[in-house]
Amino acid sequence: MTFPTVQPPDETLLPEISDASFAPVLDRRLGHLATLEAESIYILREAAAEFSRPVMLYSIGKDSSVMLRLAQKAFYPGKIPFPLLHIDTSYKFPEMIEFRDSYTREIGAELIVHQNREALKSRAKERIYSFRDSQGQWDPKNQRPELWNLFNSRIEKSESIRVFPLSNWTELDVWLYIHAENIPIVPLYYARERQAVVRNGSIILIYSPDELLPGERAQRIKCRMRSLGCIPCTGAIRSDADTVPKIIEEMISFRRSERENRAIDHDEEGSMELKKREGYF
Amino acid sequence: MPAVAPIERKESLAEFLQQDLRKDLLRFTTAGSVDDGKSTLIGRLLHDAKAVYEDQVASVKKSKINRSGGAFDFSLLTDGLRAEREQGITIDVAYRYFSTARRKFIIADTPGHEQYTRNMATGASTADLAGYSQDVFLRLERDFLSFASHLGISFVQCIPISALGGDNVVSSSENMPWYSGSTLLGHLETVDFRQARSLDAVRFPVQYVIRPDSRFRGFAGQLASGALQPGDVLVALPSGQETRVKAIVGFDGDSEQAIAPESIALRLENEIDLSRGDMLVSPSKLPAVSRSFSATVVWLHPEPLRVERPLLLKQTTRLVKARVRRIRHRINVNTLQNEPAEQLEMNGIAQVEVETNQPLFLDAYATSRATGSFILIDPFSDATVGAGMVRETFLDNVARTEERDRAALGVVLEDVTAEERQRRHGHKPGILLLGNRGFLAKSLERALFDDGFHVVVLDASGVLLPALRSFLTSLYSAGLVVLCVNASLEPQDLAGLSAAAAFQPDHVVDLSATDHRSNDAQIARRALSFAEKLRLSPDSNASQKGTPK
Repeated sequence: MTFPTVQPPDETLLPEISDASFAPVLDRRLGHLATLEAESIYILREAAAEFSRPVMLYSIGKDSSVMLRLAQKAFYPGKIPFPLLHIDTSYKFPEMIEFRDSYTREIGAELIVHQNREALKSRAKERIYSFRDSQGQWDPKNQRPELWNLFNSRIEKSESIRVFPLSNWTELDVWLYIHAENIPIVPLYYARERQAVVRNGSIILIYSPDELLPGERAQRIKCRMRSLGCIPCTGAIRSDADTVPKIIEEMISFRRSERENRAIDHDEEGSMELKKREGYF
Repeated sequence: MPAVAPIERKESLAEFLQQDLRKDLLRFTTAGSVDDGKSTLIGRLLHDAKAVYEDQVASVKKSKINRSGGAFDFSLLTDGLRAEREQGITIDVAYRYFSTARRKFIIADTPGHEQYTRNMATGASTADLAGYSQDVFLRLERDFLSFASHLGISFVQCIPISALGGDNVVSSSENMPWYSGSTLLGHLETVDFRQARSLDAVRFPVQYVIRPDSRFRGFAGQLASGALQPGDVLVALPSGQETRVKAIVGFDGDSEQAIAPESIALRLENEIDLSRGDMLVSPSKLPAVSRSFSATVVWLHPEPLRVERPLLLKQTTRLVKARVRRIRHRINVNTLQNEPAEQLEMNGIAQVEVETNQPLFLDAYATSRATGSFILIDPFSDATVGAGMVRETFLDNVARTEERDRAALGVVLEDVTAEERQRRHGHKPGILLLGNRGFLAKSLERALFDDGFHVVVLDASGVLLPALRSFLTSLYSAGLVVLCVNASLEPQDLAGLSAAAAFQPDHVVDLSATDHRSNDAQIARRALSFAEKLRLSPDSNASQKGTPK
């Protein structure tokens, strides 16, 4: 879809143009999602143009879905000029793997799956480019200032840079964009009746009886996942939100209520923050 | 942090989503010295704009720390967020996001720096003592406006606020009945921040060439300024080749128009030489094509800036070798005075002269941020060592040879020769002196023009001889056929014309001295036959060299 452009809020605030020969100034501008989109596409293209072997970290989650759409847009009508790398750190929900395989095939993206028991540990603070030395280490004191949209991509052979094109996106922006763009996401995000148990206050989805601990019984709970972190114990929440607008509404209303479940808060903060720390490339 | 103003009950979700798409995005920052109250202000703003979670407010209420002297320490709200996010790592800048019904905001929350902004510190500390007095506010406003004028800030809006008391931050203050202007949030929500640039100043730095197959070539990039539509004429730099926009292609289909700062991809009508680092611009508003310019540079590295040291410079999508030729002066950030400087230490700001080995396509930063900004990179350590804002896009006090000038343009320049003009016009230049036969001149002009000549009537009445010579030289050099009336010229007067390129005496005919009994028809016939001799024969058109496409 194309985003509507924004009319100035108050015409009286426009600078007065006294010289009649002066060409007309722009009477419209981009909305906030379109601005974020333009910025992210720019970053994706910079990464593809300036690095010799870029790869996009793909986690199957909603942020990754947004990243994929942005990458499709950035290089259209060409294919995405770098492979996607899914680091399979631990147990994943079957729906995720199914979604990963069918969706990447559908859009013709190259997918690399790397089995790795250890989660990636790196920090990127709030930068778009974070520099890592030849040991893959991130040194907070050795990060480059980021000015305007001018990124310094100069690195030596053994060094690397993590790029985070969604730096200025909030969780809500991600959902709004998924809605506006009609982006496919893993069905686990939508509320449905699912087999689950309540364990230590968290709702844990159950796919086979083997997963039940002694004394537990699976029950049908209408629930959905708020994030698809790589932790096996990522919990679901009770929810009726079975469409993206309903998810957005739920998110906004959560803000006002006391957040009843600490684990959920953590996840909500976590998914975006984690990405921010890990970067994408 | 998904902080957002709550949906009003009367408003449906669909309306909210529709309205949200129409919000625009404003980035802003706070400036001030350590302990000036930046955190308190941001905390207050987020709190009053309902952009923080209730449990965050609760945790601040529970906190034993309260440096504010009031019931609630708003700075903890900001610093609490900061600590949560940074986990003890010193950070240069943290971003906060919130939105209201009208706009989305990104706050760049910068730490105060001892070295900077002592002036503002003075202002702020005075304000602490101000109470709610209008006189104090007016005095501070006057001082600040005078300070800002030295910084070249043209638009300043002063709002009397108290972050501690929440006066005029989000809601209007009852303590300042004398102030009827907008609140801080009200101002942020409505201020117009578009750069007042005309639509036709197109700057499109080519970022990436999309080439999925041999038939498709798309030029991708972020439109730095201006607006584009299919059919628009553009000039490619540095080649100088002209082209037209064939289509603005996109994932969602072709677009009818693109505006800055959209990221777009263009198809062009003709195959031209264009790659990353080149720029497409509007022919009517060209940027400077320059290898030497002046700039305000902020130095960001512990190792000081020294002149002549090799550097890399990145501007738009262009990366070139560069060096600082001269530090004109350092700027004392507290007094704004210029100081002589041999080198520039970290956090220093200076006016410098920069020279690059390849031309850049530049605008002054004041005109165009995207094409007037650059970063400096150390080629040995790869560190980003400086940031610059272009002031004068071209320095002519830098001595250079003609060859280097031309190299700076990146294209080989050749003078436009008389032969080239003749080829384009299809005839040689000529001068016909027609005495006082003004009417005849007009009818001859029509006849010759219709016959393919580039012809013009020059009425010399009242024109003094030196000026007349100069006019004739110009028109002749331009390759035109000149029908000159009311000129009292003697043959020797035409001697001055010989300076004109390719002037040949037989390209001039004097019909003014023709026997007065000759009628206009006879003179016209002589004029037409003379003009015919100026016409190039078809075979002299054979050479296409220099012929415009």
